Amino acid sequence: MRDFAQLFSDLDETNKTNEKISILKDYFISVADEDKIHTLALFTGRKPRRQINSTLIKQWAIEMADIPQWLFEESYQVVGDLGETIALLLPANEGTQDRSLAAWIIEINELGKLSEEERREWLKSSWSVLDSQERFVFNKILTGSFRVGVSQNLIVKALSEISGLEPATLTHRIMGNWEPQHFSFHELLQEQDVSDDISRPYPFCLAYAIQETSDQTKNAGQMEEALGEPGQWQAEWKWDGIRAQAIHRDGQIFIWTRGEDLATDKFPELHPFLTNLPSGTVLDGEAICFTDGRPMPFNILQTRIGRKNLSKKILAESPMVFIAYDCLEFAGDDIRSMPLQHRRSVLEMLHERSDRKDIFRLSPVVPFENWQELYDLRLKARENQAEGFMLKRKDSVYQTGRKRGDWWKWKVDPLSIDAVMIYAQKGHGRRADLYTDYTFAVWDGDKLVPFAKAYSGLTDQEIRKVDNYVKRNTLEKFGPVRTVKPELVFEIGFEGINRSSRHKSGVALRFPRILRWRHDKKIGEADTIEILKAMLPE
Amino acid sequence: MAKPLLQFNDRGIYCEAGDFYIDPWKPVDYAVITHAHSDHARWGHKHYLAHKLSERVLRYRLGEILLDTLEYGETVVHKGVKISFYPAGHVIGSAQVRVEFRGEVWVVSGDYKLEDDGVCIPFEPVRCHTFISECTFGMPVYKWRDPAEIHEDINNWWKRNSGEGRTTFIAGYSLGKAQRILQHLDPSVGKIFLHGVIANTHDALAQNGIELMSAERITVETPRDEIRKGIVLCPPSAAGSPWMRKFSPYSFGYCSGWMALRGAKRRLAADRGFILSDHADWPGLIKAIDATGCECVCLTHGYTASFSRYLREKGYNAHEAHTFYGEEEDEALPGETKKEGEI
Repeated sequence: MRDFAQLFSDLDETNKTNEKISILKDYFISVADEDKIHTLALFTGRKPRRQINSTLIKQWAIEMADIPQWLFEESYQVVGDLGETIALLLPANEGTQDRSLAAWIIEINELGKLSEEERREWLKSSWSVLDSQERFVFNKILTGSFRVGVSQNLIVKALSEISGLEPATLTHRIMGNWEPQHFSFHELLQEQDVSDDISRPYPFCLAYAIQETSDQTKNAGQMEEALGEPGQWQAEWKWDGIRAQAIHRDGQIFIWTRGEDLATDKFPELHPFLTNLPSGTVLDGEAICFTDGRPMPFNILQTRIGRKNLSKKILAESPMVFIAYDCLEFAGDDIRSMPLQHRRSVLEMLHERSDRKDIFRLSPVVPFENWQELYDLRLKARENQAEGFMLKRKDSVYQTGRKRGDWWKWKVDPLSIDAVMIYAQKGHGRRADLYTDYTFAVWDGDKLVPFAKAYSGLTDQEIRKVDNYVKRNTLEKFGPVRTVKPELVFEIGFEGINRSSRHKSGVALRFPRILRWRHDKKIGEADTIEILKAMLPE
Repeated sequence: MAKPLLQFNDRGIYCEAGDFYIDPWKPVDYAVITHAHSDHARWGHKHYLAHKLSERVLRYRLGEILLDTLEYGETVVHKGVKISFYPAGHVIGSAQVRVEFRGEVWVVSGDYKLEDDGVCIPFEPVRCHTFISECTFGMPVYKWRDPAEIHEDINNWWKRNSGEGRTTFIAGYSLGKAQRILQHLDPSVGKIFLHGVIANTHDALAQNGIELMSAERITVETPRDEIRKGIVLCPPSAAGSPWMRKFSPYSFGYCSGWMALRGAKRRLAADRGFILSDHADWPGLIKAIDATGCECVCLTHGYTASFSRYLREKGYNAHEAHTFYGEEEDEALPGETKKEGEI
C-alpha cells in the first residue's frame, strides 16, 4: 500500500504527461505482479465491491476525529472529496504498516463476513496505522469512488512501453469482465492474447466535434475545407440514445455500454435478435427508446435507465430498439481493420437476414451531394430526435478510442435562453471550495422560477469572479446551498427540452450548460417562462 | 451599555474613544497598520502608525506617506487610548495591535502564525478581553506539516531539477513567503535569483536593517544560462508568463497553505505545490485564541461562519465580522489577484 500511495502522490506532483508515464513505468517495474494487476484493475474502474457504506465510514471517522457532525459536513464541502476529507481530519497515525496493495484488497473483500462492530474495529485500527497519504488512497478504494487524475490512455502507454505491445492491443485486452484475482499481469503482457473471455468488447471508436463550440459554427465552405470531397464521407444521424456494443459468441449474448458496463439485462428487447445473429458477431450501435417509427425523447430513456426493476409498465412505456451502425466482428473474425464501406455491407447483410428488423434497425445513411445540402438538413436534426450528424470517412478503419480525422460529430447548435443565477453550491474535485454549481431561473410574471442547473461553461477566471460574488451576496444558506442576490445573467444552452411534472418550471432540459456570461444584461432583460415553453416540441 | 472599544464600520475597525482605525479599507485620518500586505495597508490615509520593520516596505509600496513607527512592546497614547504592538509572526514587521482604554484591553491580530519561521519574530500571545482574529484556515482539515520537512522537499526538488536540466521557479508573495523560502534554501545546490519585484522588497527590508541570504536580482544583463542552473524566486503573478517560458524547460513550484487540498493544487496547475503558510492552521488558531484568555472573539476573515460556530459550541462568545481582508494579496492564488508588481 505504501508504494501505491507513493505512486499517487508522485502522479499528483506533476502536470506533465511524459513524467506521469515515467512514474507509472517505474511503479509497474518495481512492484510485485499481484500489485500490478490490482493497480491496473483500480485504474480501469474495477474497484472492489463496497463493503462498508459511506454513512458508517463517515460516522466512524467523526468518532475518531472527535469533531461535531456539522463540522465534518462543512469540511467535506471545503475539500470536495470524502476520502480526502477523512484522511485530513483523522488524528495522526500511531503506527505503520507494510502490507501490499493486494493484501489490503483481499482484506477489504472479506469484510462482508464480519459483523458491523468487527468492521468498525477493523476500520479504526486500519486508519491508525496508515499515514495521511495512505489513508487517502485507502479511503478511495474503500468507498469505491476511485477516480484518479490519470487517464486510461496514460496507463496503456506506460504498459505498452514496458511490454512492446501496441497500445490498441492493450486497450482491447484490458476491456471486459476480468478480475484481478483471476487474471495475471503475465497473461496480460504475453505476445499472444491468451484470454478466453467471450464477453470481451472492443474499445469504442469515438469522435471529436468538428466545431469545437457553438460560437464557431462551420458553414458549408468551411466544412469543405476541413473535410474535403463530400463523396469520401458517410453521414448518419447522431442518435441520442445509449451507445452500446452487442455481442453474440458461442450462444451467449452480452451488451456493453460505452462506460464499460455490462448491461445485458437492461435491454431485454434486444435479446431475441441478438441470439439469432450468427455466432461470432459484434455490433456497434445505439440502444434507444423507439415507437411509431421514430426515437422517443431522451427523458423517457433516462427514466427507464434509472429504474432498478424493469416492470411491464416501464417496458410498455419505453420500448427499446437497437440502431446499428457498425460491425466489428463477423464469423468470429475481428474486422475492425477493414474499411467502413466493407463493414457496412456486412452489417447490411446481417440486417437483411434478420427476422427481427423491428428491433434490429439500421442507422440509415443520409445521402448528400454537397455540404450545403447536409448543412440545411442538419438544422432539422431536432425534429428527427437526433443531435446532429455523424460523419465517417468511407475508407476508415474502426479506431481505438478517440482519434482525430476519420469520425466527426457535427452537432446541431444548442437551444439557448438568458437566465438569472439564483442559487449556488460548491463543486468537487478541482473545483472544491469554489461556488461552481449554479441554479438558473427565468421570469414568471414578477417571480423568478428555477428551471435548470448548470456546472460547466465558464473559464476558471470567470468562476473565481462568480465565486467571489456568491460569497459577498448570499441572502440565505440552506445546508450547502446559498440563495444569491439575483443580479448575474447568463446565456444557458441545452440540447433539448421536454415537459416534466417533477420540476417546478414544468420543463426538463437536456444537457444544460453555460454558454456565456451576459455582463451586458440586467436581470430585467432575462427571458421568461413563456419563451422557454415555446421551445417545447409540438 | 457602553459602546464597544472597537467597532466595525464601513471604513475599517474603528476606535471611537481614540478616533483612529486599524487596517482601514477606505481613506481615514489615522490608520494603525498591522502589517504591510496590501489588503491591510491601503493607500490614502493621512497618518499611518506601523511597526518599525514595516517602515521601508510601506514607503516603497505606498510612496510618500506620513508614518510613525513603534517597536514591539512600546506604547503610544493616542487621544487617551493606549496603543502597543506585539509580534504576530506573520511576516517581517507584522504586529498584533493591543488597544487599552479605562482598563479594557482589545487585541487585533492582523494575520498571524504560531510557528517560528526563522525570519520574523515569533508570535507572542497577549492577554485581552476581546480578541479580533483572522481565521483564513479556520477549518479542521488544515493542519500544517513541520515546515522543516517542507523546506527539505523544496531543496530536494531543486536538486532534482538542476540535475535534470530544468530551471527552477518558486513562487511566494514578495513580502513574507519569499524571505522564508530564501532563508531555507541550500546555497550549495546552486545560485539563487530574485525576480525584480522581490528584489525591490528585499532592498526595502535591507534599508530597515534586515539581513537576508545573498541572492542576485535578475536584470536584462543576467546571462540566461546561469539562471537556468539556479533557482528563481518570483511572485505568483509570474506563473506561466512569457518571461518564465523563456527559461524552458522549467519546473514551477508554489508555496501556500491552500496546497493542503488536492483540489486547490490541481486548479493551480503548478508542477509542485508546497504546503507552506504564513497563517495559523486549525490547531494554531485554537491555541492562539485560548492563550489570550479572552471573553470574546471576533473573526474577521476566512471560514468565519464555521469557526465562530465551533467556538460558540466550545463556550466562547464568538461572532463574525464583515471585512475586506484576505481578498487581495497574501493567500490568494495566482491569477486571482492583480499583478503584484503593479502597486
